[in-house]
Amino acid sequence: MKIKQIQEELIDEFAMFDDWIQRYEYMIDLGKSLPLIDEKFKTDEYLVNGCQSKVWVKAELVDKQIVFKADSDAIISKGIIAILIRVFSHHEPNEIIEANTDFIDKIGLKDHLSPNRANGLSSMIKQLKLYALAYQTKINNE
Amino acid sequence: MKKYIHTNIDQIRNDFPILKRKVNGQNLIYFDNAATSQTPQIVIDSITDYYSKYNSNIHRGVHFLSQEATDAYEKSRVKFQKHFNADNSYEIIFTSGTTHSINLVANGFKKILKKNDEIIISQLEHHSNIVPWQMLCEETGAKIKVIPIDNNGELIIDKFENLLNSKTKLVFVNHVSNALGIVNPIKHIIKKAHEFNAIVLVDGAQATPHMKIDVVDLDVDFYVTSTHKICGPTGVGILYGKEKWLNKIPPFLGGGEMIDQVTFEKSTYAGLPNKFEAGTPNISGVIASGIGIDYLNSIGIEEIYKYENELLEYATKKLLLIKDLKIYGFSTKKTSVISFNVGNIHPYDIGSILDKFGIATRTGQLCAQPIMDYFKIPGTIRVSFSFYNTKEEIDEFIKSLHKAILMLS
Repeated sequence: MKIKQIQEELIDEFAMFDDWIQRYEYMIDLGKSLPLIDEKFKTDEYLVNGCQSKVWVKAELVDKQIVFKADSDAIISKGIIAILIRVFSHHEPNEIIEANTDFIDKIGLKDHLSPNRANGLSSMIKQLKLYALAYQTKINNE
Repeated sequence: MKKYIHTNIDQIRNDFPILKRKVNGQNLIYFDNAATSQTPQIVIDSITDYYSKYNSNIHRGVHFLSQEATDAYEKSRVKFQKHFNADNSYEIIFTSGTTHSINLVANGFKKILKKNDEIIISQLEHHSNIVPWQMLCEETGAKIKVIPIDNNGELIIDKFENLLNSKTKLVFVNHVSNALGIVNPIKHIIKKAHEFNAIVLVDGAQATPHMKIDVVDLDVDFYVTSTHKICGPTGVGILYGKEKWLNKIPPFLGGGEMIDQVTFEKSTYAGLPNKFEAGTPNISGVIASGIGIDYLNSIGIEEIYKYENELLEYATKKLLLIKDLKIYGFSTKKTSVISFNVGNIHPYDIGSILDKFGIATRTGQLCAQPIMDYFKIPGTIRVSFSFYNTKEEIDEFIKSLHKAILMLS
């Protein structure tokens, strides 16, 4: 499935809910299915800068596609990174770099987050895209 | 006549327009008073009044408005002198806040401290009472010694007394811990420090909203606070200093108002308090702060302490009924601050959900990382009550907290 399609799928899923409590609960649920980063990588090196709670992300290139794994010490942040990884994982670096992130506004996610958390969300997207950029540069140089 | 808060709570709440606000569609419940207290209408009005009627620079012009502004500004200084029972009004210096006040004093000791002199601070300090002293030590070669805390969050006073010696030059301690709300035995600390001729600065930012401070009775050398904690506007701090110390330390900022004579070779400094108030100060803020302290005194600080203590006990009792909830900081003498965590749930998660319910709390390290390191936690959720809060609000908070825990477990 293309990134765009996954984004639309998420927009539909979140549209099912009437209020913020249900959306939060769904986000927290999504966090439970997050592909977890190995404990030994929960170090400063893999920490996303700009989050008030701790979020670790690691990327690998598997069959030309980037596979992300992550974790967080906060449940809501875990839900946020899980949504982002569902969108961006298992795609080629270029597709990730070029993907737009309008879906965040369409889900209404940002409206429901505190400014600190919204900044953290932007930092997470930036980190995922940076990984993609790094792998793309590596591929171009090979 | 003192107002009795219980019988006048509706009227008191009416004095604070912000309490009528809705947040996320819910009635605002403001439990972040330790960070900033809310502002009564009378204080807000005084700012409008200043800019509508007598906005002009103080101490300079001979014109009518300048005189009026100067009088109001100096009247505010006298109000704080009386409030803190200082001997002289010029021992009250207006700054931009507690942090500014502390930096002013730290800067003043740059030339006085020598290598290997010792500074004692406590494990309970706010970052603003740690970093300026570290900067001072880097420049002077002085060393920092730390008073440890016990598992309840109380300072271990025996250990403090052991740290004192002839090399101790300065002692800095907060009156009340911002993270835990524990009231420290500062009178005893000051007395012991003085036996070694050490100078004591007390950070009173968390004490002034809840208790009457008498700087003469405490015999404290410097006492600092911010008026946004005591119903004043943001951007105004108070520095009380004993005359002899204020005369001894040099000015912090150079500029207008703080000088006596200026030639290009040398300037001589003005006397107290102007020496420390360079440039145009926050005139409207200082005047409004004076109105704020009048407002607090019209209710009565002791009455406020009693009422807030009831809220503290009520909320503590209710919180302790919640499974896996742990409160940090136990002491027989506490201000209305509760720092807690629930199980392994991250404080940001709980704080975010409470915010959605319209409840303002503080979450995280609370600018006091050494305390969090001591308890080995990423932070806490802190609720802090003021005299305009109610038991009904606490009930609502407990209900929302239960919902948050359900969502996050």
